[in-house]
Amino acid sequence: MAISDVKPTNASDINSDKIASSSLSKYKNIKAPKKMVSYSKYGYFFILPFFAIYAIFSLYPLLNTIYLSMTQYVKPVMGPVIGPKFVGLSNFKDIVENNRAFGEFTIGAFRNTFIMWSINFIPQISLALLLAAWFTNMRVKMNGAAQGIYKVMIYMPNIITAASISLLFKTLFSYPKGPINLLLIDLGILDDPFRFIETPTSAVLIISFINFWMWYGNTMIILIAGIMGINPSLYDSAEIDGANNGQIFRKITLPLLRPIMLYTLVTSLIGGMQMYDIPRLMAGDVNSTNPANRYIKTVTMYIQELVARPGTSRNYGHSAAVSVLLFLVTATFSIILFYIMRDKDAIKQRKLEKAAKKEAMANE
Amino acid sequence: MSRVDYNVRAGSSTTSVKIKSFWKKVLMYSVCTLLTIVSIFPFWVLFVNATRESYDIQGAFSLIPSNYLKININSFFTKSNIDVLQSFFNSLFISSTATILTVYFSSLTAYGLVVYNFKLKRAAFTFIMVVLMIPPQVSIIGFISFMMNLGLMDSFIPLIIPAIAAPATVFFMRQFLQSSLPLEIVEAGRIDGTSEFGIFNRIALPIMKPAIATQAIFCFIGNWNNLFLPSMILNSESKRTMPMLVSILSSERYRTDFGMVYLGLLITILPMIVVYLFLSQYIVRGVALGGVKE
Repeated sequence: MAISDVKPTNASDINSDKIASSSLSKYKNIKAPKKMVSYSKYGYFFILPFFAIYAIFSLYPLLNTIYLSMTQYVKPVMGPVIGPKFVGLSNFKDIVENNRAFGEFTIGAFRNTFIMWSINFIPQISLALLLAAWFTNMRVKMNGAAQGIYKVMIYMPNIITAASISLLFKTLFSYPKGPINLLLIDLGILDDPFRFIETPTSAVLIISFINFWMWYGNTMIILIAGIMGINPSLYDSAEIDGANNGQIFRKITLPLLRPIMLYTLVTSLIGGMQMYDIPRLMAGDVNSTNPANRYIKTVTMYIQELVARPGTSRNYGHSAAVSVLLFLVTATFSIILFYIMRDKDAIKQRKLEKAAKKEAMANE
Repeated sequence: MSRVDYNVRAGSSTTSVKIKSFWKKVLMYSVCTLLTIVSIFPFWVLFVNATRESYDIQGAFSLIPSNYLKININSFFTKSNIDVLQSFFNSLFISSTATILTVYFSSLTAYGLVVYNFKLKRAAFTFIMVVLMIPPQVSIIGFISFMMNLGLMDSFIPLIIPAIAAPATVFFMRQFLQSSLPLEIVEAGRIDGTSEFGIFNRIALPIMKPAIATQAIFCFIGNWNNLFLPSMILNSESKRTMPMLVSILSSERYRTDFGMVYLGLLITILPMIVVYLFLSQYIVRGVALGGVKE
């Protein structure tokens, strides 16, 4: 580890020395004024703004959140602020022991978020994989221009404001005279209008569908890029060996695509755990009495509700505790992803070292 | 005899393959066309209903635009007290300043990490990799209590300044620089007597243009669509962003006039549709680039 840390530094230092000395070699009798000026210290100036801002606006708030999660800190509607008073892990104890409304709601929020994410992800990755296989199929080729149009259209929902899309679906599915209810009655599928948004199952399914609909295009494009990155000679030799499409897909594409699929899984899971805009708009007003709201309340919605519900006390300690739990869950997934990507980077680093060495030899 | 037999078999098998691939093509095109329709359908219904009268919208389902668009626009701008233009410019201001800060400082950081060999280089990069996936939502409570102490609630500053530190963009820029910035150019700049920051601004930034364009598009869209942070920080009406306006549209007050709700929604999605119309090629390519991280 230590050796590989030092090596690239040496390699490029040698490199820059080489260039400097070769440009000076013509004037051998002129003494180089100062030996090579070291520019290394400039690196700190370049990365300073990033680290300063990150420390102030991200790292400190994160540590502050962790501290607040271990306090009792409440702003009642009337009267003085309570806390922040250090109480140790009692907020977390409430969650783990499923104590009172707070523990119940927190666990419920994590469960809701995870359910809505899973219902969207399985069809999302399946459809994305199928389309990616089709778009890269060498035997049954699709027209290139048509492919371009399909990709653009399928990806489109992803960039449109999620809040607008959510309210749009809510209005389309509204009771009793929303367009979907009217259409289903026209077609004879329904006899009476159905309360899609007020029924827990359908509300959860609609939110999952919106997530699926917004994201499968994105996943598809990433998977296509992954398949295009696979060495084409593997496909050629499989073809010579007489493998059929299904075999090629199962024995070559799928195994080599696994890291990228894992990447989509983890990023989607991390993103999914932050789900906010779509269920927030679906739930409507904070004071809405929609019976489905209990089932579509996500973690970030609950974090916000604890500190921003008008007319109730604001519980910063509880809210921070839920945030820290969310952080721990996300961090676990991040670590997994970090290991997947770190390997790749190490390989790249080694390649760079080799290239630098070669160049150094060539310059000799 | 056996030779003829073989030929016949080969012939029939190629025709059957041809027929098979024909039907497969039919299947592929029909599924993709269906998915395209599914992508457009909700937006088409939205557009159609924005051109219809509230009473008609509740009367029957329709896919044919009517002629109430002008009336709906008029009633939206006179009856509702939603200031769309104000929100539009708020969103535009926040998104563009945040985007400029993100791409400039991310390029700067990535350049520092690629060009110089300082002691903490590896540690700095590892740190960025570690925090890459931490979403800002998890530290929101600490962030808000900090902003309250600084007196920065209901201000655009907490939405703009933190954009300077964008780990994912730094990561992308670093990958790009490693593959496309020859260190010899930096050396040449030094020999010409250009200062270190001059080399970055005048030599490296132009080379990074394609990467900057890709990142700027995604950064802008991300900021424009953001609802969580602005809804926690901003509370005065004059500071609402476009997604916050959508939450206002969803409130009970506007529940009765459907034509107006659809029109309001159309207005909130129109900017992104226009952006996509012009940049879809770059965006789709950018997604492919960002996903593989190579």
